[in-house]
Amino acid sequence: MSDVSFFRDVRIRKWKAIMGLLARRNLFHDKVRFAVTLTGIVFALVLIIIQFGLFLGFTTTTSNNIDHSKADLWIVFHGVGYFDTGRTFSERKFYQVLATPGVEEAEKYMQAFARWKRPDGRVENIQIIGVRPGSELGQPWNVASGSAAALKEEDAILVDELYREKLGVWNIGDRVEIGGHRARVAGFTRGIRSFTTSPFVYASFKNSLDYTNPTSNEEDVGYILVKAAPSISPGELKKRLGERLSDVDIYTTAQFSRKTRFYWMFTTGAGLAVLTAALMGLVVGVAVVAQTIYAATMDHIREYGTLKAMGATNRYLYRVLIEQAVWSAVLGYALAMMVAHFIVTASEKGGALILMPLEMKFGMFFLAILMCVTAALVSINKVTRIDPAMVFRG
Amino acid sequence: MKRDFQMNGKADNAVIRAAGITKIYREGAADLRALSDVDLEIRAGELTLLMGPSGSGKTTLLSILGCILRASGGTLELLGESVEKLPRSELPRIRREAIGFVFQGFNLFPALTTVENVALALDVRGVRRSEAEARAAELIREVGLVEKGKSYPADLSGGQKQRVAIARALAGNPPIVLADEPTAALDSTSGKNVIELLRRLAHEHGRAVVMVTHDPRVLSYGDRIIHLEDGRIVGEESGREAVEMTAAAAMA
Repeated sequence: MSDVSFFRDVRIRKWKAIMGLLARRNLFHDKVRFAVTLTGIVFALVLIIIQFGLFLGFTTTTSNNIDHSKADLWIVFHGVGYFDTGRTFSERKFYQVLATPGVEEAEKYMQAFARWKRPDGRVENIQIIGVRPGSELGQPWNVASGSAAALKEEDAILVDELYREKLGVWNIGDRVEIGGHRARVAGFTRGIRSFTTSPFVYASFKNSLDYTNPTSNEEDVGYILVKAAPSISPGELKKRLGERLSDVDIYTTAQFSRKTRFYWMFTTGAGLAVLTAALMGLVVGVAVVAQTIYAATMDHIREYGTLKAMGATNRYLYRVLIEQAVWSAVLGYALAMMVAHFIVTASEKGGALILMPLEMKFGMFFLAILMCVTAALVSINKVTRIDPAMVFRG
Repeated sequence: MKRDFQMNGKADNAVIRAAGITKIYREGAADLRALSDVDLEIRAGELTLLMGPSGSGKTTLLSILGCILRASGGTLELLGESVEKLPRSELPRIRREAIGFVFQGFNLFPALTTVENVALALDVRGVRRSEAEARAAELIREVGLVEKGKSYPADLSGGQKQRVAIARALAGNPPIVLADEPTAALDSTSGKNVIELLRRLAHEHGRAVVMVTHDPRVLSYGDRIIHLEDGRIVGEESGREAVEMTAAAAMA
């Protein structure tokens, strides 16, 4: 126990390795506590991912057909505010559109509800989507078997694999009745969900009129999809068409997509419920993480009191706690991502789609860090207010 | 901080000088007076024992001397520096530079090895890890635990833990060591080893060691024994006097 001043010979460094060691060891030392902490963080993150993934999934599903239409503009019956309304208007407007300078391509498009009679006789409600086979616009996508071009064939329809059981069709060539007319499965799409309980069934535009309204004539049009020529912007073309057409509304694809999403998510209340659940998930998640990190800190409160008695500054304590929080967040995030990927993958074959885009993955990482560090800061507040005299209480 | 243990230019070896120290705890509407007008000098090279019944104010006084608690009144000088005038934010610096603490409950960090526990006290002081660990290993050797350097506190006996705690208290080479009932949780042999270690710190290394204790077995080791009752100093004697008085009382 030399009395030579040790401090004469050592340089004061900002790098404090044992502080980091303490942060990590405190975290990993008590395996049960560590497991509880990680479980809390993983639970919170997975809850938030699922809730927001469901919200994104629902939102995306409502405007799927619009977003994949490859059109620049959607022309709809005046007052139709969203996709699934199914109001029709005169075909004459279609020709007016075609005659408008700046229109590179235009297609008639139909959406309407119809009755589907399964091979076993049971009846289901469906939504018919009528498109012109061979066109670039409005076609079904993600065709898993058969092809969209097969819609040219007589009575041909495409349905999604997700609804095989509901619709009672399993193979290409299976025959059913739609609106009293014969139909034959010519292919299956993959992952085209309907937001309603009525699955989408793709058919040629001509057949879609027969399936949906036996009294209709070929002059009925549900929507007109427009692709602008390269020489004109969709916005300018929209303005030009607006000057020529009456009794219709013209939207850019993005506008119509937004309106449709907004209608389903907020006007109907369905989305509001999902959004509320997502926000509740966030609140519960934050609370769980806060409680978990707070409890983990309080477990070591006496040690922090000892550090204060030893002369550690509040800054020193902040760094220990924040390093612990960041470690917890990173490890919790890694585990949560594994669990979430499993759930998201499973959801692709289920009734409710959960989406986890790249932005969400990044966002969740920063949210995890933010939640854990914020929770640590709350407990830091407690730690920095420790009465150091507590260390004397046996 | 390196000081020559001189107080205000006086050539005595008092490292702590307390005058009129009062501590009042506010408990609701009532005030609890834990210390009243305590005058005290702690000198380098001495082992000073603070004794008294529970609630007499021993630990409160130790906390104030260690700049952990602030007195409600009175003056306190540590190594010539008036502590009561310093802002609260300065107190951690005083604790880092001047004081080493030994606690009744050891207060070791269970997730760190014994060397790391001692090195942590240097880390708090901004010392680089390799140097801190080298110094810590040296201290662990000096308290007789060279073979336990990589052990965790859970693998040590009570006496070994307290020796690690003493090594930690010495890591910053402080002139003052404050110990709160360091033998209370130990068997008699371990307690004897610890008190001998503390006395050596005072006598051979010139440190001022203040120890709160209830333990009559340690009376003979104290250079000065200060008795507290109801927050006041009621008597002071040497270790020899205390042992003689205890023996006389036993014979009577």
